[in-house]
Amino acid sequence: MTGALRLTEIPDGLDWDRREILRYALPGGGDAEALPLEECLRLAAGAGGGRVLWRVEPVNLPDAGDEVSVGPLTLPSRDLKRALAGCGYAVVLAATLGMEMDRLIARYRRISPVRALLLHAIGAERVERALDVFSAGLSRELAPEGLTLRPRFSPGYGDLPLTVQPQLFALLDCERRLGLTLSQSLTMTPSKSVTALAGIRPAGEGKGEQST
Amino acid sequence: MTNLRALLRDRLVYLDGGMGTLLQAAGLQPGERPETWNLTHPDAVRAAHRAYFDAGSHIVSANTFGANRLRFGAEELREVIFAGVRLVREAAQASAGAQPKFAAMDIGPSGRMLKPYGDLAFEDAVRLFAKAARLGAEAGADLILIETMNDSYETKAALLGAKEATDLPVLVSNAYGGDGKLMTGASPEAMVAMLEGLGADAIGLNCSLGPAALAPVARQYLAAASVPVLFKPNAGLPRVEDGRTVYDVPPADFAREAADAVRAGVRLVGGCCGTTPEYIRALVRETAGLTPVPVEPKRETVVSSSTHAVRFGPKPVLIGERLNPTGKKAFRQALLDQDMSYILREALHQQEAGADLLDVNVGIPEADEPALLPRAVEEVQTVSDLPLSIDTSDPAAMEAALRAVNGKPLVNSVNGSQESMDRVFPLVRKYGAAVIALTLDEEGIPPTAQGRLAIAERILREAERFGVERKNILFDALTMTVSASDSAAAVTLETVRLIRERLGCPTVLGVSNVSFGLPRRAAMNAAFLTLAIGEGLSAAILNPLSEEMMTAYRASLALRGQDPHCAGFLAHAQAHPEAARVPAAAPVSGPEQADALPPLQDAVRRGLREEAAARAREALREGQTPLSVIETHLIPALDAVGAAYEAGKLYLPQLMMAAEAAEAAFGELKGALSAGAAEVPARCPVVLATVRGDVHDIGKNIVRLLLESYGFQVSDLGKDVPPETILAEVRRLQAPWCGLSALMTTTVPAMAETVELLHREAPFCRVMVGGAVLTAVYARQIGADAYAADAMEAVRLCAAGEGAR
Repeated sequence: MTGALRLTEIPDGLDWDRREILRYALPGGGDAEALPLEECLRLAAGAGGGRVLWRVEPVNLPDAGDEVSVGPLTLPSRDLKRALAGCGYAVVLAATLGMEMDRLIARYRRISPVRALLLHAIGAERVERALDVFSAGLSRELAPEGLTLRPRFSPGYGDLPLTVQPQLFALLDCERRLGLTLSQSLTMTPSKSVTALAGIRPAGEGKGEQST
Repeated sequence: MTNLRALLRDRLVYLDGGMGTLLQAAGLQPGERPETWNLTHPDAVRAAHRAYFDAGSHIVSANTFGANRLRFGAEELREVIFAGVRLVREAAQASAGAQPKFAAMDIGPSGRMLKPYGDLAFEDAVRLFAKAARLGAEAGADLILIETMNDSYETKAALLGAKEATDLPVLVSNAYGGDGKLMTGASPEAMVAMLEGLGADAIGLNCSLGPAALAPVARQYLAAASVPVLFKPNAGLPRVEDGRTVYDVPPADFAREAADAVRAGVRLVGGCCGTTPEYIRALVRETAGLTPVPVEPKRETVVSSSTHAVRFGPKPVLIGERLNPTGKKAFRQALLDQDMSYILREALHQQEAGADLLDVNVGIPEADEPALLPRAVEEVQTVSDLPLSIDTSDPAAMEAALRAVNGKPLVNSVNGSQESMDRVFPLVRKYGAAVIALTLDEEGIPPTAQGRLAIAERILREAERFGVERKNILFDALTMTVSASDSAAAVTLETVRLIRERLGCPTVLGVSNVSFGLPRRAAMNAAFLTLAIGEGLSAAILNPLSEEMMTAYRASLALRGQDPHCAGFLAHAQAHPEAARVPAAAPVSGPEQADALPPLQDAVRRGLREEAAARAREALREGQTPLSVIETHLIPALDAVGAAYEAGKLYLPQLMMAAEAAEAAFGELKGALSAGAAEVPARCPVVLATVRGDVHDIGKNIVRLLLESYGFQVSDLGKDVPPETILAEVRRLQAPWCGLSALMTTTVPAMAETVELLHREAPFCRVMVGGAVLTAVYARQIGADAYAADAMEAVRLCAAGEGAR
């Protein structure tokens, strides 16, 4: 199972989760009636379903220290170590919606910041949604083998620094396979993209323990 | 040794196959940089090259795909590239193959995305690729192969860099997605237009898919290209078997499918991911008896953008004329203020109205055109995906814009004077543009069609001398004012016909000049446009926001059988019903809004942009001065919304919507100002930027929007801005306020550095800071003059301290 790089296409046309989009757009809450949300959803309709590039690597959790190794990656993070407890393997993944969403946002950034804000939120919802669909599919594949997939953990969460991004990019060959690039400040273009790790462990393990 | 260009001309050329596949088999680890193997495992790399030469490849690419200054230090880069090219040459000598053998310097994507989507500046990308190409040439490469590029702009940077740094032949290959487009949206036709123009010796496609799946894209290349087409597909799609990646097209099928592409006209063929020497051997066997199809030069006149191509003829092309300050006071002011949002709105409106190209002219005597024109081009490209017409008489501005443009542009213009041709044609040739040629010369404008035709003929001869192809010239038959001479329009129309019939060249006219000095100008212009289209006009430069013009255009297409089922005309008619001429009915407003708020204030508070703009126009028509509209309506409405926001009754989106509406109204008022009339009170200039290293700009954009809606003259430098750039702008505007934004803790040091620089070098300017990671305490620690917790606070600060220092 480990080692091979795979690409999973998430089909377009999933329903919009409007509540989730508004949660991204209005972190402080508020009246959404005034917002041109439906117009922005129409604008974003062709922005695509997303692609997930992934591989499964063995996890090695040394007893001492805060480093985790996942295949060839060495990741300095106590939080990740905790998240991968009991996992023999982990999925290393990168997902992206592609450039269309960035083009839309760039177009509206200067002429309607409100629409740009909503498009940002729509993009964030889309890429998370694509990953949820991907995770559900992988979980179904793992179940017969008695394995479960743990929640995703991204660089920037907890104490896992963004500086591990280049390692993940190299391992997944993101530039070539996904057209995904890193800026000098380690942010991704296309911007509606996610890199993450998710542990895989036997279904019985860690029962009753709080999920992260 | 056979000359490479002769090989490209005369023979079917075999390229190599996948490199990564072979190196992985030899032990290359995931995440390891393959190029370092040139130094650490030269034998494995040489053996892979040799296997391809043994299989029959003419051209083998050095293992230098990712070798650039972003990934390697200067010294290491030189070593990696020199070793990489040397290994190919050694493999060529060691191979017993009898075919001519060449070493290609291989150049892949930089690994970073270009601005505006990423953070790599276009000219930095050019330098990066030029460096790699120069090292490849010094190392003894016979040619440059730019490959697997998935962005049009970056491909241009690479080709331009390679051409400027070396004299070697350059092959350019792009990676298309399953939708038949590049990741950033370019169609094959658009890429062909741009790359041929820039002088690629062969162009084509690689990677992505197997040969059969990529064949439709190859066919589009073959239909459009006048240079040899290359084809380097994957061994089909990867799938995982027992933990190993295998590709689903085996060598024999690959060879058969690729041979079909050769029969269709492909002249350079090889493989990409998943292909091995076995594939190339099968390919050579399968195609041994085939005669390559000759390359047919194509004669269509084509321009392109970052996404698509536009061809001239037979359907007339519309070039939007509104990005031009001539006679537009508000536009001139926007240029002086470097207020790009005005230009961007005009660009978008014209695109929505149906323009096919946008003419970009920012020539005003007070502005630094060589700096302003490329900036306008870059900005317009972010909101519009139409091809551009670069409209300037300043050669430095023209060249700067030709570099910045993404796609194959039109140049406006050259004329028949020797001085003009000597100046413009070399630029048109180098940057691969099409050009509008005015049929006038040193002697002026000939009064007869024959006279203009004679100039056109001379321009064609001269263009050939400069290496500018005939198909890249559109002739402007010159529209003259009919009120000044009865035959003026008739001569123009005859010129259009003569140039089309005698020279077979496309024609263009600026339309609106014809009616100068007459009443009912729109109707006159529309009639002239209709007649010109009847004479076979290829393109018109006009105002696409003019309903009369667009109706005449749509009707002409329908009448000429260029509008199937009159669909275009019907859509136009539906969007512009005749009833629209009746004055607009009273606005629909719910009973809850009935309570006494003046309509403009109400529109602003409810965040209705169009409504607010319409109400502002109405107020002007009723005789109110722009100043009074601002003071009695806009500012109170904004203040009310701002107060409600601060009281927690309204939320950020409503505040932003209101600001957008106010800004739309403001735009109308600015546009209405005429010389001598009361000026909008000039609020002070404010410079805004997200600091270096930080790419988050949503919060900063909200601040900009609000400041603009209050009438401040905002210069927004964007994101990831170096301190020196911010200082230069503060000095240029003598701005009393500068606002800095940072979202990430890692970029606060850059903010502190900027504050320090501004205080030292521009003590007249006060600095306010804001952003998620900042607090009032933190702001004080880094020496800022003020902390703006939110956008309203920023407005209050600027209003209170206007020009106070």
